[in-house]
Amino acid sequence: MTYLAKPKLHSADAPRNALGYTRRDYEGAISTLCAGCGHDSISASIVQACFDLDIEPHKVAKLSGIGCSSKTPDYFLGNSHGFNSVHGRMPSVLTGAALANRNLLYLGVSGDGDSASIGIGQFAHAMRRGVNMTYIVENNGVYGLTKGQFSATADKGSKSKKGVINSDSPIDLASLALQLGATYVARSFSGDKEQLVPLIKGALRHGGPAFIDVISPCVTFNNHNGSTKSYDYVREHNAAVNRLDVILPKAQIEASYPPGSLRRVVQHDGSILHLRKVGVDYDPSDRIGAMNHLQERQALGEIVTGLLYVDSSGQDMHTHLNTVEKPLNQLGDAYLCPGSKALEALNATLR
Amino acid sequence: MSTPAIQHCNDFVIKFANVNGSGSASANELFARAIIRMGVPVAPRNIFPSNIQGLPTWYEVRVSEAGWLGARGGCDMMVAMNPQTWDRDVAAIEPGGYLFYDSTKPLPPSKFREDITVLGIPLTAMCNEEYEDARQRQLFKNIMYVGALIALLDMEFAAAEQLIVDRYRGKDQLIKANVNALRLGYDYAKQHLPCPIGLRVKRADAVGERIMIDGNSACGLGAVYGGATVAGWYPITPSTSVIEAFSSYCRKFRTDPDNGRARYAIVQAEDELASIGMVIGAGWNGARAFTATSGPGISLMQEFFGLAYFAEIPAVIVDVQRGSPSTGMPTRTQQSDLLSCAYASHGDTRHVLLFPQDAHECFSLTAQAFDLAERLQTPVFVLSDLDIGMNEQLCAPFEWDDSRRYDRGKLMTYAELEAGKDFGRYLDVDGDGIPYRTIPGTHPTKGAYFTRGTTRNPYAKYSEVGTDYVYNMERLRRKFNTAKDLVPAPILTKAAQPTHVGVIYYGSTAHAMAEAGAKLAADGIHVDTLRVRGFPFSDEVMQFIAERDAVFVVEQNESAQLRSLLINEGEIDPKKLVRVLHYDGSPITARFIAGKIADALTDRKISPIGQPQRKVAS
Repeated sequence: MTYLAKPKLHSADAPRNALGYTRRDYEGAISTLCAGCGHDSISASIVQACFDLDIEPHKVAKLSGIGCSSKTPDYFLGNSHGFNSVHGRMPSVLTGAALANRNLLYLGVSGDGDSASIGIGQFAHAMRRGVNMTYIVENNGVYGLTKGQFSATADKGSKSKKGVINSDSPIDLASLALQLGATYVARSFSGDKEQLVPLIKGALRHGGPAFIDVISPCVTFNNHNGSTKSYDYVREHNAAVNRLDVILPKAQIEASYPPGSLRRVVQHDGSILHLRKVGVDYDPSDRIGAMNHLQERQALGEIVTGLLYVDSSGQDMHTHLNTVEKPLNQLGDAYLCPGSKALEALNATLR
Repeated sequence: MSTPAIQHCNDFVIKFANVNGSGSASANELFARAIIRMGVPVAPRNIFPSNIQGLPTWYEVRVSEAGWLGARGGCDMMVAMNPQTWDRDVAAIEPGGYLFYDSTKPLPPSKFREDITVLGIPLTAMCNEEYEDARQRQLFKNIMYVGALIALLDMEFAAAEQLIVDRYRGKDQLIKANVNALRLGYDYAKQHLPCPIGLRVKRADAVGERIMIDGNSACGLGAVYGGATVAGWYPITPSTSVIEAFSSYCRKFRTDPDNGRARYAIVQAEDELASIGMVIGAGWNGARAFTATSGPGISLMQEFFGLAYFAEIPAVIVDVQRGSPSTGMPTRTQQSDLLSCAYASHGDTRHVLLFPQDAHECFSLTAQAFDLAERLQTPVFVLSDLDIGMNEQLCAPFEWDDSRRYDRGKLMTYAELEAGKDFGRYLDVDGDGIPYRTIPGTHPTKGAYFTRGTTRNPYAKYSEVGTDYVYNMERLRRKFNTAKDLVPAPILTKAAQPTHVGVIYYGSTAHAMAEAGAKLAADGIHVDTLRVRGFPFSDEVMQFIAERDAVFVVEQNESAQLRSLLINEGEIDPKKLVRVLHYDGSPITARFIAGKIADALTDRKISPIGQPQRKVAS
């Protein structure tokens, strides 16, 4: 892999957001992933979501582990600090970063190997700890960089490119996230930007642990017949429960939908989630219902997508720790050091 | 009794044999502190099992007006409160020593020794008479034996009484009950036993301004003073109390007076990997962050140490060393993580290490570690151990200079970026190997970079080019050399007479070494000593070795880790460095060190004054 700088060409009439930025300002280096990789579509969706939400790029910290998916933070948000850490350990590094500065937006990008295999412990604990983050797993069921081994999300019975049948049970990260305490849980498909972009937007504005499982086919190692993470298979088995629109509080646009088909959720920061029901009568505030629905549909071989669960109360790790409003990394000496007098008083108690 | 009873004033060792979980610790501490209040130095040590309740535990108090704070070895008086260990406790008493015990239940003569003085008090019977509640009977029994010891050792009752008043200030009922128990024991001993015995404590003026505290509390306090705001940790003996102390001092000193909110964040992680991951994430994001752990945790954190080293992220690790490898001896002391910290992680890595000798330095070096970590943008290890970490000890009072400001290292600011200053995250601008860094969120369009453990060019762009890799490695080497003069300098103690023999030691060996030096000098063996306080070693360390014919390296591990490090880093002839190794889990003693050095000098025919026969030494 080599690093490719992206040419700085701006179209004069490119659309600008409220900050005056174009979509180009949210892009990163040129991707070095395989042509057609689902991950690149997710990167594009992240760019679109941040552009749409008028997010200042330098107020985002993007972190990842190791693997194809974990390389992608280099390919979006070039003006954000990024951290490509250790395999399976993005959640702890992100947790530490979030402790240091509660005012940035934290975007964790990981893969199915990175989160469901080597990093399942850290994934689980970041969710249950309530880290305020958007945790995206780019899920292709396969190890790309090491050429095609099954990961822990590969379905039982699915076939590898070399013809090997996977005999292990799959881990469903969305179900786990629900069980572990994530307060925003979604699933989507890298090939469906219309569904994915709003889900990312909702997660970025969520204010608590938000998890998105994005099925992202590996064109090189897992896009063949017999794979359950191929473009064709996912398109055929996708069972969306809803379609989401995210509306910022400042833009009071009321979308017009047929009555009864719309559900409105106001998140902690005032952003509004508009959910259009698709097909089933699905309640995204019912955690146990969501878990049941996922299990039932999974048994039928369907991949449930959409916003599966949202709890808009907006609690996070900093609330639990009762930390001060000002980011810890900005507290000066005077706020941190008790000084010599306090030390002398302490000495006196130790004699 | 044919053996004369030991007669020692202000110089003896008394050991308490207790049952774990019986509440003896605070009574024993009361005893030790009462002696300090009389101006006589003591060195208390806990010897405890990896267990919560029911197993044997010992508390040893060395009383030493001369001020020797290392473990002495041996026991002049045993307070035998644990029937389970009776036989070996009685056997451990020096000939002519004293045995104090609970005489409620009669014991056959075969359970005693002819050559010791036996002092019995019916503690259980007295407690059963005085107290209704079972727990009270247990707890006050401990206070009662302290009262009896005060009488037996001719101590000042008022000193212990005042300690109780200070400890329970505002809780009058508790003060009354404790003083009463103390008095009961004292009075009984006065009436029924030959007070005072041959071991005595006499008021002196040898404590001065010193304080008594354990090293782990001092590390926790040092982290508060050093500006740590984030701690990620996982419980492990013997380091857990570092975080407990940090937490408690934070509540005291870092709670916002206006709204009661915390100016710190402490997260108990799911394991040591997550602990160090959090520390690295926080350090990357500009907060001062640390973890505390012990050997097994150091092993688990190895991959992350390499990342932090290569990606150049500040982190502080307090490693309270214990008996290893594997689970080893989790409640016994050792200095056996030196190599696994110095070269932690795969690939070519080197880390900055600090070696505190006592609680005073646990405080000052932990605080300093945060400055060094940010100045050098790298992990810094504070290598404490169980002996100094978990035992209260006399040490110089803590000091802080209010004019001191945290050294946040080379941070590129918004203004500098705005003014167009060139920013290369891994560019050596100043020639010291230390690059500039930006904190996430500094500037909307300038100064962002992508941090990674893979190779990159000086502008933080991914690279697989060999010259980029070599540039980086050479710069990291330069940076490590810069660290040589930033870590605390070694401390040289010259012998009273010129000598060609030296001793190098570090950490908790210090107290025993000081006493060993005096012992050797009394026998006409003079050695210069050098206490190493930091790694990388400064030039002074190598010069010390170069200028001497033989140098003993005294340490508490089996494989001579400091010696290996000296040989490797200084390209020293291994024959020149003589091992003095103590690693049975007990703290090293002056007797041991002096004996080994004296024997080795005889065997090797090394003359401290540098005669030609040293040439034939092997």
